[in-house]
Amino acid sequence: MKKLKPDLGILYLVLAYVFIFLPVVVLVMFSFTSRDLPLPPFEGPSLKWYARILSDQRMLQAMVNSILLAGISSLVATFLGFLGAYGVARHKTRWDGLIRYAMMAPITVSYLIIGMGLLVSFHALGLPKSLWVVGIGHVVLNLPICFAIILAGMGDHQRNIEQAAHDLGASDLQALLFVTLPVMRPSLFAAFCLSFTFSWDEFIIAFLLTRFEVTLPVLLFEMLRAGSNPLLNAAGSLVFLISICLVLAAVVLTMRQRRG
Amino acid sequence: MTANATQEGRAAQFELLPGKGLTLVRLAVWPPLAWIGAFFFIPIGFMLAISTWTRARGGLDPAWTLDNYEKILTRSYLLEGLTNSIEVALITTAISVIVAYPIAYVLAYRVPIKWQRVLLILAILPFWTSYLVRSYAWTVVLGDLGIVNVLLSQLGLISEPLILNYTRAATVLGFVHFFVMLLTLTIYANLVQISPLYRHAAADLGASGFQCFWRITLPLSLPGIMVGAFLTFVVCIGDYITPQILGGGNELLLPQSIIIQIQRTGDLPMAAAMSVVLMLTVTCAYFLTARWLRLDRL
Repeated sequence: MKKLKPDLGILYLVLAYVFIFLPVVVLVMFSFTSRDLPLPPFEGPSLKWYARILSDQRMLQAMVNSILLAGISSLVATFLGFLGAYGVARHKTRWDGLIRYAMMAPITVSYLIIGMGLLVSFHALGLPKSLWVVGIGHVVLNLPICFAIILAGMGDHQRNIEQAAHDLGASDLQALLFVTLPVMRPSLFAAFCLSFTFSWDEFIIAFLLTRFEVTLPVLLFEMLRAGSNPLLNAAGSLVFLISICLVLAAVVLTMRQRRG
Repeated sequence: MTANATQEGRAAQFELLPGKGLTLVRLAVWPPLAWIGAFFFIPIGFMLAISTWTRARGGLDPAWTLDNYEKILTRSYLLEGLTNSIEVALITTAISVIVAYPIAYVLAYRVPIKWQRVLLILAILPFWTSYLVRSYAWTVVLGDLGIVNVLLSQLGLISEPLILNYTRAATVLGFVHFFVMLLTLTIYANLVQISPLYRHAAADLGASGFQCFWRITLPLSLPGIMVGAFLTFVVCIGDYITPQILGGGNELLLPQSIIIQIQRTGDLPMAAAMSVVLMLTVTCAYFLTARWLRLDRL
């Protein structure tokens, strides 16, 4: 069983990988086509669709909106997730189970439900739709992920370092700022990166809660109604590239922390 | 520091240092809890309330009634959204498990350990394409002039392009593609934790390869299957994008009906009631699978 022998199992694995990669390969490949449709036969390669994105004002604006939205909401989610994890890990109370449950609750419903809740509430209160409301929703959906990642990184050995800081006369705030935060940096960064990818990709909440300042997924959805277009391939490939970079950064950081 | 001193240190952190420092630790959980309360629990409570209201001229009529729920269960065009959604989610879950299990099995037991990690990361790489973009990519693959039809006609298997897009099959395919990645991960994580000693023992006692799988490995990997299947069902039934892009408008799933209520009909109470029905369906799924869903066992 140690060596890879070609047999039915391996054949199945190869077929499965073809299935898994087929749409991604088609997406990326036809973003480099020089034809006007993302269909075979492939002609090119050409960068004209990427150039088209850079000259498309609406697309650039949507991309900036998405990056700002993901950046700010992930920062807030990471900060709140850290506070929650710090509180739960360092101060045991009999409410711990309940607190953990409340923190993880948003993960148990669809994004659609989170968006609907905010939509009807803001509507009933007479507050306008905007990117800020989307940001609020994105913090809600990312907080459980940040909380879980950061809590997992808050091991006992770190508590001992904090205790040492206390023994040497540091106040709680000093220990938090100069000991806990620096030690937790990899977890915090991993939580931020993952949040960013989820927020940056998220469609339904942004779709329900914005009107004029659209995010990139919402814009792509509107473009899709007009039919397929290599511009969509190019935009999709860019979104993919950015997500992959962030995920790899998160993976490398958590692995380094686990080793260190 | 000796073990004893460490323990004393810990005790000190909890008991002997109340005043100055501990307040900060004690207060830390409040901001995130407040956020989740204000922007998750309260809005959902509000949605529950509004689902029992009705739409009135120029606004909402806050008189308590179960009319919306009655309509969902009696009007066929509304009920179909729910039944279609449950059907599609169940079919997707079943096919995804059947496709993903052998992948996870081969990865966990047949592939050398140093390759496992690389192959696993590869298997979930497309997970990070935006789900909207992934659905779009499938429409390109499945189109009349897409790769599948071109290949089949060049092989001489078909004379006219197959209609693949904008069908329930296309929706299910898009879903299966996504969830196979998820399920491979959860099942793999479960399989590698099963001690090989069980299988060796079964083999020593004369079990055949198939018996070994059917009586030992499969039951022990049930938690991984159920966790993945539950997540698949939940995410699948709440997704708007995949059926909207791949399924077209031929048959509506529940999330599509909800969006129609908001955008075309402008009936927020009805949309809220349908969302509550969606939540209840997920809750039922949870209770049906709860005894396998010990996430910590994975």
